[in-house]
Amino acid sequence: MHLVWGNMRRKKTRTVLTLLSIVVAFVLFGFLSAIRQALTGGVSLEGANRLIVRHKVSIIQMLPIDYQRRMEQIPGVAAATHQTWFGGIYQDPKNFFMQNPVVPEEFLDMHPEFVLSAQERKAWLSTRTGAIVGRKTAERFNWKIGDKVPIQSTIWSQKNGSYLWEFDIVGIFDGRDKNTDTTPLFFRYDYFDEARRMWTGMVGWYTIRVKDTAKAAEVANLVDAEFENSSAETKTEAEGAFVQAWAKQIGDIALITASILGAVFFTILLVTGNTISQSVRERTGELGVLKAIGFTNTQILALVLAESCTLAVIGGVLGLGIALLLTAKGDPTGGMLPLFFFPARDVAMGLGISVALGLVTGFFPALQAMRLRVADSLRRI
Amino acid sequence: MSEKSADGALVDVSGVEKVYHRGSEDIQVLKDLHLQVPAGEFLALMGPSGSGKSTLLNLIGGLDHPTRGTVTIAGERVDQLSDRRLAAWRARHIGFVFQLYNLMPVLTAERNVELPLLLTHLSRSERKQHVAAALEAVGLLNRAQHYPRQLSGGEQQRVGIARGIVTDPTLLLCDEPTGDLDRKAGDEILNLLQALNREHGKTIIMVTHDPHASARASRTVYLNKGQLSREQLN
Repeated sequence: MHLVWGNMRRKKTRTVLTLLSIVVAFVLFGFLSAIRQALTGGVSLEGANRLIVRHKVSIIQMLPIDYQRRMEQIPGVAAATHQTWFGGIYQDPKNFFMQNPVVPEEFLDMHPEFVLSAQERKAWLSTRTGAIVGRKTAERFNWKIGDKVPIQSTIWSQKNGSYLWEFDIVGIFDGRDKNTDTTPLFFRYDYFDEARRMWTGMVGWYTIRVKDTAKAAEVANLVDAEFENSSAETKTEAEGAFVQAWAKQIGDIALITASILGAVFFTILLVTGNTISQSVRERTGELGVLKAIGFTNTQILALVLAESCTLAVIGGVLGLGIALLLTAKGDPTGGMLPLFFFPARDVAMGLGISVALGLVTGFFPALQAMRLRVADSLRRI
Repeated sequence: MSEKSADGALVDVSGVEKVYHRGSEDIQVLKDLHLQVPAGEFLALMGPSGSGKSTLLNLIGGLDHPTRGTVTIAGERVDQLSDRRLAAWRARHIGFVFQLYNLMPVLTAERNVELPLLLTHLSRSERKQHVAAALEAVGLLNRAQHYPRQLSGGEQQRVGIARGIVTDPTLLLCDEPTGDLDRKAGDEILNLLQALNREHGKTIIMVTHDPHASARASRTVYLNKGQLSREQLN
């Protein structure tokens, strides 16, 4: 290890610059992972048995309320409920968070990942203008139970022509899992449906729970077949696919992040590979001496790989650490990316990538060092 | 392993040829060379550049294979060993001292001397003891924590010798050990080698251009165009 450390200190500027480039790559990796998580990761494990039914044409087309009853009669469907995009603004358009009207009992039954106390649940059921809000948004705006919250809808006007809706905060829910989004506000559909001026009896989309996850695809086909040739045909898909379809309005996030990271790591591969290769070339004589005193080819190979891996892992750990610190503050957009965090799974993957980076960048220089003939290398001193 | 071959020589080079191929050209560096070195001898190899001195030293040290002939050291046919076994054999039996010292610039004198011991099963404290003994033998125990750049050429070469003897090898091979030193420092190195030979019975083969250096050896053999031309007892 003394030799590995010593060799890294040999050309300090070169080592530091290479290290910095690796650090930057891993910080970028952390940020892109957090963004991808924010855009596509909002599906809890609970969502595995949930399907989303939306209008076949697009998510902004509405579906009739009576679809729910018909869906509940389809074999394989355990329960169904609906939501509608409200698109409201609280005080300022930049204060973005989702608000949807729902049917409280059905909604809470469908989404056990939203944790609400029995008392708050009861209050919601008994308060017509009641709304529950996620902990993150409640803390963001310092809302407390009992507060009256005005929200300006960008879509829905009331029968009196006003776009301003008022809700009574009756509950603040927490997320059961780390990736549960606790930014939305949910209010009662009955209040919404009676008060809105247009599209009464229409909802945004349905969530259905299937009895058997293994038969989810079959149920999805049955649902779509049920409404085929109607004025509002449906498209049923897994909740995960639905969330990703939302994200894909921006673009294929996975492809975009993979492409950026691919380009970054390829560049880092060349930079680090060149550094190690140059370092090996400069030390041909020293490697020859090590071989002369009895180091085997395998030990020389391991020495060079240890150097490249040490460099890559130090850079990787620093970069991932910085990314963790920077993403720990949460959503940098003030509400657009509520699930912005660097998942532990991706941190582990980053560590794996750093080791792989070390092995790949060190492989050819190590092979070159291993194949050096002792007598030849001593002659090059 | 016996320490000597049948006829009593520690080093027995017999009928050795070495041919290098450069493109379509064959360059014969050593031709039908025979050399025996008894244990405890301090042998100097002299000759003009290109006469094959270093090549012969490389063959004896197991750094290269002969094209023909045999190299037997302490009863073992070195020319027949695979690269992997040769590496282990070198670690056990050979100490090298190079003209340009060839110390690792990133390691202290102590760590440089310790390098060959990393290939043994010695514990850390045992290694430390051996390193201290080797540095003491070359008079540099007080410079153990110095890096090569903080040492003079003569001191660096003494560290190189300490590294060469730290494993107590069967044979110490020196390739122009004074070639890069001034006369005074060179003399100190030669005194040291002589002491290792006389007081510790170390067998030494030294390649040199310098008659002053070869005079310190017990025997000098001269190479010319890949063959032994003459020898002289000092």
